[in-house]
Parts: sequence; structure tokens; C-alpha cells
Amino acid sequence: MATLNLLQAINQALDIAMADNERVLCFGEDVGGFGGVFRATSHLQDKYGKARCFNTPLVEQGIIGFANGLAAQGSTPVAEIQFADYIFPAFDQIVNESAKFRYRSGSLFNVGGLTIRAPYGGGIAGGLYHSQSPEAYFAHTPGLKVVVPRNPHQAKGLLLAAIRDPNPVLFFEPKRLYRASTGEVPESDYELPLGEAEVIKEGSDITLLAWGAQMEVIEEAAELAEKEGISCEIIDLRSILPWDVDTVATSVLKTGRLVISHEAPLTGGFAGEIAATIQERCFLYLESPISRVTGLDTPFPLTLEKEYLPDRLKVFEAIKASMAY
Amino acid sequence: MTRATSSLVHSPHFLEGDEFSIDTFALLKQDGSLYEGATVPDLDRDKALRIYHAMVFTRVLDERMLAAQRQGRLSFYMQCTGEEAAVIGSTAALDDADMIMAQYREQGALAYRGFSCDEFMNQMFGNEHDYGKGRQMPIHYGSAKLHYMTISSPLATQIPQATGYAYGQKLAGDGHCTITYFGEGAASEGDFHAALNMAAVHKVPVIFFCRNNGYAISTPAVEQFAADGVAPRAFGYKMRVIRVDGNDVLAVYQATLEARRLAVEQNQPVLIEAMTYRLAAHSSSDDPSGYRSKKEEEAWREKDPILRLRRWLEDREWWSDDEEKALQERLRREVLETMKVAQKRPAPPLESLITDVYDTPTPQLKEQLAALETHIRRYPEAYPKSAHKSASEHSPQGSSTSSGAVTGQGGY
Repeated sequence: MATLNLLQAINQALDIAMADNERVLCFGEDVGGFGGVFRATSHLQDKYGKARCFNTPLVEQGIIGFANGLAAQGSTPVAEIQFADYIFPAFDQIVNESAKFRYRSGSLFNVGGLTIRAPYGGGIAGGLYHSQSPEAYFAHTPGLKVVVPRNPHQAKGLLLAAIRDPNPVLFFEPKRLYRASTGEVPESDYELPLGEAEVIKEGSDITLLAWGAQMEVIEEAAELAEKEGISCEIIDLRSILPWDVDTVATSVLKTGRLVISHEAPLTGGFAGEIAATIQERCFLYLESPISRVTGLDTPFPLTLEKEYLPDRLKVFEAIKASMAY
Repeated sequence: MTRATSSLVHSPHFLEGDEFSIDTFALLKQDGSLYEGATVPDLDRDKALRIYHAMVFTRVLDERMLAAQRQGRLSFYMQCTGEEAAVIGSTAALDDADMIMAQYREQGALAYRGFSCDEFMNQMFGNEHDYGKGRQMPIHYGSAKLHYMTISSPLATQIPQATGYAYGQKLAGDGHCTITYFGEGAASEGDFHAALNMAAVHKVPVIFFCRNNGYAISTPAVEQFAADGVAPRAFGYKMRVIRVDGNDVLAVYQATLEARRLAVEQNQPVLIEAMTYRLAAHSSSDDPSGYRSKKEEEAWREKDPILRLRRWLEDREWWSDDEEKALQERLRREVLETMKVAQKRPAPPLESLITDVYDTPTPQLKEQLAALETHIRRYPEAYPKSAHKSASEHSPQGSSTSSGAVTGQGGY
């Protein structure tokens, strides 16, 4: 096994997918010869040619419209949106078209081959428009799958699964971890399941739940809590839509406490959906209210980014408050 | 980067934006004779009659279904009236396996390809035989076997999809292209510009067919754009373009035939602007008397594309009054009879609420369906379309919330 960073793992997944299936295509702004602004598609054009890995004009709605058509035709497009903050011009194509293609045609047609990759999240001094976490908008749209990996090993396996899944998948990549997160990644072709959460660490007092870059934060908070004798169970949701209710509910039935954390704003964030479902499933077992540690209900700031972000200390405080309830 | 031929000038001279005047390609006069200098495209009797049949069928279907809507038998309808030549003449110039990605007023294209009256009716009544499983409003047809992408209500979304679809066809190298239809109003959407630019940059075999019918619901073309129609935009994308008399089926046919050749043989995307007129209301929910004059409508009724083709066919002795009468009668009877049958067919099964959202229903969807079935069994009179099925498919103990009834739907 080689040690890769998250970008290299993504690049390797794309490489494997393109080698494995000649109908896999990678495109987007600056994706071609340059290999993407983050270099996730490096060398793919050299290897697979300009017809299969190429630049597009600067038009997100066009990129996803084009990708929908390609997928309907039977190809397997992997479209890159340069930053998740810039996915909104394509919102109509994703929400009204990708998500509903199979349903509205009675399965005569589908865009199941489609994967949309987009770097998301803060922590890189990106301000309002290079930091957002838009997963909740898409989680409100039946027909889409929404996946967020936490490290290189996960990124490779989940992306390969996303590309081969017979449904349109939004794959949000934690750009703060692109180079910061490194780890052992098998060189082989492997997939990790979509729609399944993963229990990272077992514990008995409280369940901590997050996804993507926020996993690191809750793991650090758990270390602080363990020092105070609090046993934390840590879960990576991995798929936001559809999400793994059973794994989370099973854990909360055991611990009786749940802290959910995401970078996106509190109101309408996906933690709210999880909290509503889990209180329904676990009502009589809860020892304290389900707690959400999230960004503020503001646009993403710049200078005060550190203050805005739901960091380990905020999560740690939420753990203590839940234990002391 | 500009072109190498661009030279430096030393006074601020602005181009006006109307340097290009675009002519209209026309072959057939309203009396059925050819313009001087016009030659008939390569069109044999069988094909000409196939086109004519599809045009007449479309007109008859539109008349009967609008009447059915007015009688309350149908929730909604949209007519193609006045635009039959534009839609059917262009489809006829394609290979039958070329992809069609239409807007919503192109039922004539489907009729030409052989979508049966029964298939039209099943979609409009959203019954259990509707390929779309009763999920979309009337006229949102689709057919995989006829290479006709299922209609989607949002305007212009199909245009960049056509570019992508055609890119896939180019890679597959199967010699096929895609045509996408849209109105002059939809051409104002961002998706239009995205699609044409990407097609030109990536050299994609796609035909962009604009039905400039004068109105986007009530908004006239002069309030839609300042330019001379939609055609001049092609220059901005360095794309081949032609404007054609959209009520002249021969001109539409020949223009599209040539466009297809450019697309398939040279990977050249083409824009066709067909000048026509929406003789009917936008939809059954619209009333044009509020925004345009009867006089204007009458002037365009004089340019009826079906009558124009009929006169040409009669001149060649390919068609007669007797044949016309027999065709009209047969089609009217067929429409009425199939309508009666389709209207009585049951609704799609309750499970079709949750199938096709994903390739297989998620656990959450199965739970939601089970809860709904339990609820319907409790209040069957409130849900007549599915209550009887729910009762017959499940044992009546009432406590069952089994989701085992969820099965995949067969393909069509």
C-alpha cells in the first residue's frame, strides 16, 4: 500500500475508472491538460486523450446539462464543478433534471451514470465563495445520492462506487484535506458502499456524528472528552442521501446521547433532519436533547473563520453539556 | 484570443450589431407551387405521404384533445397547430434512430416516428399503460424505441443535454446525431447559450431547431429580443445557421437534411430558425385574445402549412379529395375510440409512487410506502384510485406494514 493524500487518491480512482470503462469521461473547467485547479485530474488527458478528459467553457449549467445528456446516452460522465460554491448555476439541471430523469420517464431513460465532483468546505481562508457546504440543499431532492469522504482511503473507494452506481451521485470533496489528509491507500480497484455509515470507534456514553472534513474535528473532540472519562462512539455518516438511519439509531439506543456536527449553517442543515429522525426512533432512550454543533446562520466569513467554524472545543463543550444534562 | 486576421484600428468605430441580415429559405408558395428558381428536394411519394399523414394526424389529435380538455376529460393540453411543417418536416429529414430532444409542442415528431394513438392516449390519461407511469402532466411523452427523450417541463434544459447526448454519439461513432427543439422564448434561457457554445467548441453533431412561433405564452418576440430573431446568435458561436420558412415543409425538410449531413459527416453543429406562428393558445390554460388580434391570427391561418403541402401533393397527383376525406374520418374515429379506452384504464399501481426514484427503492422509501398503504386501508374511500388494489393485494389483518410488495417495474 502506498501513502497518498486525498487528491492523489481521487486521481487514482478516476484513473482506475477510466481504464476500467472506456465510457467514463472527466470534464469541467480547467480539468483537461492542466489537470484541474486542485490537480485532481492530473495526467488523465495524457493517458486517455482529449476526447475523454477535457476542458469545458466556463458555464456550470452547461457542464451539468451536457453531463446529463451524456449519461442519458449511456456514457459515464464525471463532471467537476470547480468549487461547490459555484454549483448553483447548475441547480436546475441537477434538481429538476438529473434527479428526476428516471422517475419522470418511467425508467425509459436515466442518468444513472452521472457523477458530479465538487470541492466543498472551509478552513482554507476562502471566504464566502470558496468555503460553503451545500449538501443539505441536495439532500432535499429525491433521486440524488450525496456522498462525502473523510480521508484518502475512503475517497478512493467511495468515488469508484459513486462512478459505478446506477444513480446520479454528488460527490463533495473536503478541500481542506486535499493535501492535509494522508494515509495508506490500496493500489487495487475497490469500492466502499454508498448509503452506509461507518462506526469509526466504539464507545458507550455518547454518539458523535459527522462527515467529511468534520470527522477530524469530532475525533479531536472525542480525545478531549476521553481524558475526562467520557467514552465516545464516533460515526462517519459518509452518505448524506440516502442516509443510514439504522447505524445511527443503533448507536444512540446504546449511548442515549447524540452530538451532530457540520460546517454548514444550523438552520435547515442536515443535522436537523438527523435529529428529527433519531428522536422518533430513540425517544425513550435519550438521556439528553440531541445537540447540533454547526456553523452560524451567516454567510461563511473570512477573517473570523476560526470563530465561525464548529471546532473541537465547541464540540467538546457540547459533549460535556450533553453528559451533564 | 481574437482571430489572427483581426487588425488594429486607430479610431473608436463601433459595430452596430445588425451588420448581418439573414435571409429566409423558402421553396413552396401557399398555393402549392414552387417559387421561381426553387427545386424540389429529394422526396419520394411514400415519404411525402408519411409526412402528410403525420401532419394531419397531429392536427386531428390536437383538435380532439383540446375539445376533450374543454369537456373536462383531460386536465391539460398543448396544441402544435400551425407548426406542423416545422416539426414534422425536420424530423422527416433525420434517420429514424437519431435522437430527438424536444420541448413539449413536438407531438408531430412522435407521430411521424410511429407513436400510436393508443400510446398518446395512455400518456395523456396517465393510466397504467403510460410509459411514464402517470407521473407527468399530459403531453409529456417519451419513447425509448422511437429515440424520443421524455419531455421535461423546465424550458431549455434539453438543449445542453442534446449537446452532451450528441457528444456521446460522436464518441460512439455510430453515425447518428441529435436534434433539439425549442421556442424563441426558451432561447433566452442561459441553457441555450451554454449548449450552443459547448457544441461549437467541442464540434458536436447536434441540430438546434428553434421554432420561432412569435410568442412565449403572451410575450411577443419583439419583447423577447432586440435582434433579428435567434439566428444571428450563431455568429457569436461560429456556428452554421439557416433561417427557413417554418410553414414550408419542403424548405424545412431540405434545410434539416443538409444540417444533418453537416452534423454527421463533419461534426458541425447547426442552428436552424424556423419562422412560424403558434396558431393555437400556448396551452389549454391560456387565452390569446388578451394579447393578440384576431386579424393577426387570420393572416397566419392563411399560411396553413398543412394546406400548403396538400396542394403540392394534389398538383403531383399524389393525393386526392377522396383520400383526404377517408384519412380525416379514419383518424377522427381512431382518436375517439382510443381515447374512450385509455380513459377507462386503471391508474398505475401505488408502488409506482416510489419506484424509479432510484434504481431500487431505498429503505426509507419502502417504509414510507408501507405507512401509506396502512393509511389507505384505513380510509379507502378517500383514495379510490388505489384503495381497491391495496385491499386485494394484502391480507386484511390491518397490522401488516410489509414492504415486500415493492418490486421493480418492467421496461418498455
